[in-house]
Formats: sequence, C-alpha cells, structure tokens
Amino acid sequence: MASIAGTKSSLVWAVHLSLLAMVLLWLFPTAGLLVSSFRTGDQIATSGWWKSLGDSEQNLTLRTGGAAEQAEKDGQFVIEGNLFGEPGEAVISVWGTSSRSISDYQAGDTADLSETEKVTVQANGDYTMINSEAFSGGRGQRIFVTAETPPEFTLKNYNYVLFDPSNREGMAKAFFNTLTVTIPATIIPILVAAFAAYALAWMDFPGRALLIAVVVGLLVVPLQLALIPLLKLHNEIGIGKGYLGAWLAHTGFGLPLAIYLLRNYMVGLPRDIIENAKVDGATDFQIFTKIILPLSFPALASFAIFQFLWTWNDLLVALVFLIDSTGDTTVMTKQIVELLGTRGGNWEILATSAFVSIAVPLMVFFAMQKYLVRGLLAGSVK
Amino acid sequence: MANLKLTNVEKTYSGSVNVLNNINLDIKTGELIVFVGPSGCGKSTLLRMIAGLESITGGEFTIDGERMNEMPPAQRGIAMVFQSYALYPHMTVRDNMSFALKLAKKTPEEIDAAITKVADTLQLTEYLDRLPKALSGGQRQRVAIGRSIVRDPKVYLFDEPLSNLDAALRVATRIEIAQLKESMPDSTMVYVTHDQVEAMTLATRIVVLANKGIAQVGSPLDLYERPENEFVAQFIGSPAMNLLAGKIVETGDVTQVSVNDGKGVISANVPTTPDLKGSAVNVGIRPEDMVPATGDNYAFESKVEISEALGEVTQVYFERQTPESSPVIAKLQGIHRDVRSQIMRMSAEPAKVHLFAEGKSLLYR
Amino acid sequence: MHPALQAVLTIVIGVGGCVGYFYFSNQFLDKVMFRASGPNAGRNISRANMIRPWLFLFPALAALSVYLAYPVIETLRLSLTERLPGNESRFVGLQNYQNMFNEPKFWEAMRNNMMWLLIVPAFSTMFGLLAAQLSDRVRWGNLAKSLIFMPMAISFVGAAVIWKLVYDARPIDQDQIGVMNAIYLFFGGTEPQNWLTIPGWNNIFLMAVLVWIQTGFAMVILSAALRGIPEETVEAAIVDGANPFQVFFKIKVPQIMGTIVVVWTTITIVVLKVFDIVFAMTNGQWETQVLANYMYDKLFRANDWGIGSASAMIIMLLVSPILVWNVYNARKEMQ
Repeated sequence: MASIAGTKSSLVWAVHLSLLAMVLLWLFPTAGLLVSSFRTGDQIATSGWWKSLGDSEQNLTLRTGGAAEQAEKDGQFVIEGNLFGEPGEAVISVWGTSSRSISDYQAGDTADLSETEKVTVQANGDYTMINSEAFSGGRGQRIFVTAETPPEFTLKNYNYVLFDPSNREGMAKAFFNTLTVTIPATIIPILVAAFAAYALAWMDFPGRALLIAVVVGLLVVPLQLALIPLLKLHNEIGIGKGYLGAWLAHTGFGLPLAIYLLRNYMVGLPRDIIENAKVDGATDFQIFTKIILPLSFPALASFAIFQFLWTWNDLLVALVFLIDSTGDTTVMTKQIVELLGTRGGNWEILATSAFVSIAVPLMVFFAMQKYLVRGLLAGSVK
Repeated sequence: MANLKLTNVEKTYSGSVNVLNNINLDIKTGELIVFVGPSGCGKSTLLRMIAGLESITGGEFTIDGERMNEMPPAQRGIAMVFQSYALYPHMTVRDNMSFALKLAKKTPEEIDAAITKVADTLQLTEYLDRLPKALSGGQRQRVAIGRSIVRDPKVYLFDEPLSNLDAALRVATRIEIAQLKESMPDSTMVYVTHDQVEAMTLATRIVVLANKGIAQVGSPLDLYERPENEFVAQFIGSPAMNLLAGKIVETGDVTQVSVNDGKGVISANVPTTPDLKGSAVNVGIRPEDMVPATGDNYAFESKVEISEALGEVTQVYFERQTPESSPVIAKLQGIHRDVRSQIMRMSAEPAKVHLFAEGKSLLYR
Repeated sequence: MHPALQAVLTIVIGVGGCVGYFYFSNQFLDKVMFRASGPNAGRNISRANMIRPWLFLFPALAALSVYLAYPVIETLRLSLTERLPGNESRFVGLQNYQNMFNEPKFWEAMRNNMMWLLIVPAFSTMFGLLAAQLSDRVRWGNLAKSLIFMPMAISFVGAAVIWKLVYDARPIDQDQIGVMNAIYLFFGGTEPQNWLTIPGWNNIFLMAVLVWIQTGFAMVILSAALRGIPEETVEAAIVDGANPFQVFFKIKVPQIMGTIVVVWTTITIVVLKVFDIVFAMTNGQWETQVLANYMYDKLFRANDWGIGSASAMIIMLLVSPILVWNVYNARKEMQ
C-alpha cells in the first residue's frame, strides 16, 4: 500500500500507532501477571505492578545500630552506619523518629532524640547518632523513613511455588500430573484419527458422506453433555476416577477435531502419488503408512499442538474424570482454582502459580505457532 | 485528449534493486502505445507507475504538462483494465460499472445514462444484473472494459487483458479492441502485452523494453524493417531473425560480408566506411527473406534437418553448426515436398540483409 | 503404579495396540478371509476393499459412539428421570424441565448467556478483523499477530487469574493494584469499585476476558481470508477513487463475508461452553450465572442429575442451529 502514489504518510503512521495500541492493550494483562510473580507480597500489595518498573516510594521502619557499636570520638559517643545496611540505591526523602510522625525531618536534618542524643540521617541512609553520654540499650533506635527504592525483583515466589516441600499447594506435583494427563491424551487420538481420516478421505464406500457429516456435527456437541453418562459408565466398568478415565475421555472428545483436520488435509494430497503407488502394487495399508502418514505431518503436528494445549489447559474433564477427594491427581488448572479461593489475597503466590501453569503452553505456542495457525485455518477460510 | 511524457523515469525497489532506468517517452493524444518485452522486463511495472499503483523512484511523469508523480491514482484521469479483470465478485455488472461514478458523487441519472450507453456499445445490456461468476471469460472482459469507458478517462491502461482468454477468443477480442480504438480517436491508450502479434496489430507505436530500459520505440513496421539492435531484431517476427557470424570484406554503399566460415558471401544495402573492413559482424536475415540462391553467390549452404509443412509456408530447419547454436531457419513460400536431408544453398536480397556489430545495427551507428 | 510409568505404559499399549490392530486386521483380511490369489482372486480383492474402510474406521467409530453419541442419548434420558438414593432412578417425564423453568437462577443464566452470545462473538470478530487489517501490510505485523494471538494458549483459568488482578480493588486509602481501578481513580472516580460484584456490568467484565482470548482466533482466520482477496480488486477500487475505508468496507469485507460467518459461529459455540471463566472468577454469584456453570452446579454440587441433564440438553438445543448449519454446508461442499 505504501508504494501507491499519493499515500499520505499520516495514514501509515495512524496504522502503526493503532496497531501498537492494540498490541499493548492485549499484552498488558499478561504482563501484569508476569511482573507480579517477581515481586514480593508487600510490593504487590502496596503498589500497582506498573509502578514497579520505576522507583517506588515505600514507607520503611529501620533501625540504627545498638549501644554495642558505639565509639568514642572527641568526648562524644557516636554510633554510625547505614540504615539499609549498606548504601544502596534507595533515596530517603523524609523521615521521623516516631511512628506517628514519620515525615518530621528531611534527609540531612538532625533530630533531637533526647536532651543529649541527636541523630542525623542522610539521603542514602547513612546515619550518625551522637550522644554526650554513653548509649545504653542494645537494640538501637527505630527510624521511620520514606524512601524511593529502585525496582526490586525476586525469585522467591518461584522457589516457594515450585520447590518448597512445605508448600502443600505447590505446583511441582500438579505440573507432573498435568504432564501425565496431557501426553497420552495427545498421542493416542492421533493414531486412531489418522486411520479413520484416511478412510474418509481416500476410500470409497457407501455412507461415507453421511459419516463425514456426522463428524462435522459432533465437532459442535458440547462436552458438558457427556459428563454424567460417562462418569457413570466409568464407574460401572471399574475405571472410576483416574488417569485412565481422563485419557479415554480426552481421546473421545478430541476425535472429531482430529478426524476433521486430518481428513481435510489428506484430501488435498496429490491423487497421482497415491494412484502411482497402487499401480506399483502397494496395499492400502502400505500406502497409508509409507505415503499418507509422512506427507500428512503438518496436519498431524497441527492437531497435536491443538490437543496438547487443550488438554493442558482443561479444567472440566479433570474435575469430573480425574480428581478425587484425595487430591493426589490434581492438575494445575485445579490448583489455580483452589488458590483463588484459599490464597485470593496472596497475589505473589497466585500470580506465580498461574504463570507456572501457563509457561509451558506459551512456550509450545511460540515454538509451534506456525502449525497451530495452519490447523485453525483448515477448512475455516471460505 | 492527453499527452503523456516520461522523462528519465527510474524504478528502484528498496534502495538497491533497480528494474527500470532512463525511460524517456513522449506519448501523444490518440496513440495506442504498446509496451512489449520478455517477462520480467518491467513493462507491467511501467504501466503501474503510470497508473499510480507503483511509486516513481526518479524522473518525472506528466500528463498534459501537469506533474503526476505524487498524484493518487484516482485523480490522474486514468482507467485500468487488469489482467484478471478485477471485477468485484459480490457486485452485479451494473454495480461494478457504476462503482467509480458513485464514489465521484455523480447523480443517479448521470450514472444510469452512462451505463446504458456503454452497455449498449459493448452488448452487455442483458447481463447488467448478473454477478461476475455467471459470466463467461469474454463477457467478463467486456465488463472490465466497460467499467473503464464509463468513467470517460483521459488515458486507458490495459495490463495484458487478453492473456486469460483462449486462442480463438483472443483473436476475436483483439479485433474488438482495435474497433473500440477506432471509435475513440481522441483517447490515449497504453497497452501491455508479451505477445508480439497483439503488439504488431494494435499499436500505433511499440515500445520494446529489455535490460531495464527501452530497446526501441517505433511503429510496428519500423521495428520490423529497421530494428536498431539485435534484441529488437530477434524479438519482432516469428520465427526469429537468423544471425550468422561474418566478416566485412568490402565496404562502401553496399557492403560485402563473408559468412559461413568464408564459404559464403552476401551483399547488404548498408553503407559502411573503409575503417570497418575486416571487422566481425552478425548478418541478420529473417527466415521469410531467405530464398534459394541463384547463381554461384550464396550466403549459406547446409543440410535440411527438419521440414515443417504448414501448407501456406514450409519452415525449413537447417543442421546446427554446433550443438548449442540455434538452427538457421528459412520460411519458403508454398509447398515444398522432399526437402528433408537435401543440401540447399540460401541467399537474400541486399535490401533485406541487416548488419549488427556489438549488438547494434550498423545502419544506426 | 507410579503415574508416569502408567502413562508410558498406556502410550505403548495404546499406540502399539492401534498399530497392531490395524496391521493384523488388514493382514487377516488380505491373507485369510479374502485371499488375493486363486480362483476367486478378483472377487476377493474387491470384497476385501469393501470391508477395509470399516476396519480403518472401527476404533474411531467405537470411541465416538461411546464418548459422544451415547452420552447425548443418555443425557436426554437422564433429563427425563429423577435420581433416587441407591443408584435408582424414576421416570418423571418433563418434571425436571418444569422445575428448572421455575428456578430464577436458570433464567438468570439464560439471560446472561443471551448477552454473552450477542456480545462476545460480535466484539471478538470486530477486534479480530481490525487487528487482521492493521497488521496486514506492516513489517512487524507477524509479531503483532503473535502477541494478540497469545492469549489463546493460556488456559481459561489462567486468564481468570490475570484478569482478576486487573479488576482488583483495594480500600480507598491504599494504592490500587488493579489497573482498572487505578485508571478509574485517575480519571476522577471517587471510590475504587469491586467491578465483579456490580450487577449488570460484572457480566461485561467477565465477557471481556473471553473477548480478549477469542480476538486472536478471529484475527488469525480473518487475516488469512484478507490475504486471499485478489489484490487486483483492491487496486481497481483505488483506481476507481475509493479511500482506504471505502475499500475496506465495500470491497474487502463483502468478499470475506463467508469466513466472517464461520468465525462468528465458531466463537458462538465456545461461548455456550464457557465454564472456567465464570467458575473461577465469580462462580455465578452477583447475577453472573451462565448455563454451563449452572449445569456443573446442579450435577456436582447439588447432585441433581435430573435438572443438571436438563440444563445440558438446553445447551445442546442452543447449539443445534449451528450444528445443522455446519453439516448443511459440509454436505454442500462435497457435492
């Protein structure tokens, strides 16, 4: 479009800016979660995450050193040091000596603590306490400061959520459980569907059109309808709640999409190659394994991505077919729901756990986006 | 009425890929100019630059003296017929033709009158309420042309409009376009094609594009009889002109050239100066100008390898000198039986012999 | 047995079983039942070829029948029965439906679902179309599309957490950590709102989450459709004098109308099934109940299989028009 004569550059800029605005709008919520997972609970509770990327103003309660650190200088007793331990990048703006008046003094001012004691606090946290008499009391003086602290991030949350054994709501176990559900549930439907798709694509038999219509129809059926009957069935045949039930359910629910995607793709394979193979003497089975399957790889990959994301992100099937009262087989989506209830206020745990649960799908998404897009497009563009 | 002028026009993509430069062209009102050339020579690009669908990297383009480089397509007073017709598939023929007029805020009466008149001329009246998919290729083509005429533009641009038609339809439509031009003597048309027959039959002047520039501009017969370089010489005329390697032995008003490794000699009505004696030249003789030699002077002697009897002419392919060279071809009038494997001696009239040195015709040094 | 081991074993058995079944059944068909040699070779081969498709289809058909076809019928049956203690059930006809229609929560769910059905597909498709067009000719278009598409990879529950943070409310004297309240206060709001509890508006805020997710889906498909529009029709329109907006609405959109309809209907189906978002964010409180959540509630909290199944049938009913439309189109394409 830009090469067309007379295109105003203002139009081009408008397009860029609107697109940028839209992208930022879409990214913003997820970015919030990601950034929050790296902040401590206090930080999250006290300031919006967008502020964490710049300096934030915090009210802190710090202590000077105790009497044990005093030194004698020029007849005075002096305790010196830095309220932060070491001068860092924090900048104190105002401070006070009592919790009721925390902004009495500016940085650099000197406060009278008593008739004989004085304390001076500098902007970088250095302090000097001077007493004409010896200090007593081992715990030092509390100083209330308002400081601008630079952005500070931590991996503590991830540590806790993933690795801390004392964390009963830890994600590590749920992570492996989710993996355990997802992988078989992705692999098994592929094979079953591939054979069926080949039959529907390249074999001629009465009722083929009807079956294809049935598959298209089943694509739409909401899986809510299947929950109770199947749960009953599983209980009756002894599978009960567990991994096997979940695998079978996911396979059943994923088959319509698998057959649809694979069939669409297989129909597009060049007829000549298949006919050539038949003339060369290959059986249908050989044609399927040696020609169709390898050539259908893009479609197989597309469906695999789809199914992987779908089963990883699933909640309902897990709730119904997998998770029992022991909670041993809990998956990450369920964990998040639990956390929303029990730890709704602890955003640092919630954000981190949520992010752990979406990290793998995001990685798969970015790595295999091409196949996911191709899968979506199959049969959708008219 | 529109005079188009291109001055030193250049097209470069992304700062480094140059596809056209040094394009200088003066198109007068009422001409039908044809851009022709091998694929990739930039003829469509040049047309699109005139239309405003491609930007002009360098040089100036004016219509009636007014600079057009920055003018958007809709304001240049042009209409374009695309190779694929580009009919709006979701609109009826009537809506397709009235789209531009509606955008230009013409009154419904004006629009109606214009469409009725054009539909009449192109015999589209009974199709006005059909969708493009219900029309044949030829009918769609006429709608595309009708869509242009309705706008009464200063310049008509055609981008290979006949390429998508089958052979018979192509001939019929070609004639229709020629008749259309006759009925609009004051309209300027620029036409792009790769088919030299279309170029030769439709053009008032032909612009041959090659090697990122203009190889020659001239009337069809100009290009046929007086090609300025080897490229044009071999591009126009089918089968292509034969080029035989030779050496000038006599200079003067009539030049004598030895060919066929010295075994043959031929005269050409090309004046040369004495300093050219002994220089290497390519002798160009069109297949239709090759005649069997009379007497002892012949230019070329070889065995006939293949003979194609087309009834009206017999095309004779001589044995190649080397496996890579193209065979010399002669077009003999009428039916010649039993020429296969004959050894024949061929010559040509001096007036029909062209001489080329370093690719350029000696007539135009 | 350790689940991981169980998983690996299942994969091996599943894949091996499949391959084994297909291989051996084919062998059986070709070598034993209808041998391709001897006096009846020709007839045998064609008989084998008639049976073979069914061999290929059998596992899939079996799974589909058990996991999708049978449940539809069974749910229908359950919706006409009442569950009694001791795993018994009693046929009660349309009693369950009547009870359901008498519950205000059901009608709340229906009303909300109607709103969801009107708003979410419309906005997702619109935003998707906008994103598709904007990113079409831009050099960084692919990156932009990736980022807008990304929410589709996130689970609904994850999205619920993300948006709960956006909607968070703190007391007035503290800093707001939810961006909506921050913006609201910045532009002159007096008090931070608990967005998800405001009746009426809270539905919109829940829908925003699904729109956020589905826009990427719409964008990907519509982007491909836009690319499929013949370039020359756009150029012809430009030469005819159309400005970019006229080109978009009069030339481009009409040509992709078919795809727009497909996108719209597909998102509609997703909307009817949406369960996780409402479940995780409000659980149907503050008048946000939707059918899918209502059904879950009845089935697993109230243990009322009768009404639960009835509500599942209502969902099925709402989905049926699209089902019929899709099947109709599929058959038309195959003629």
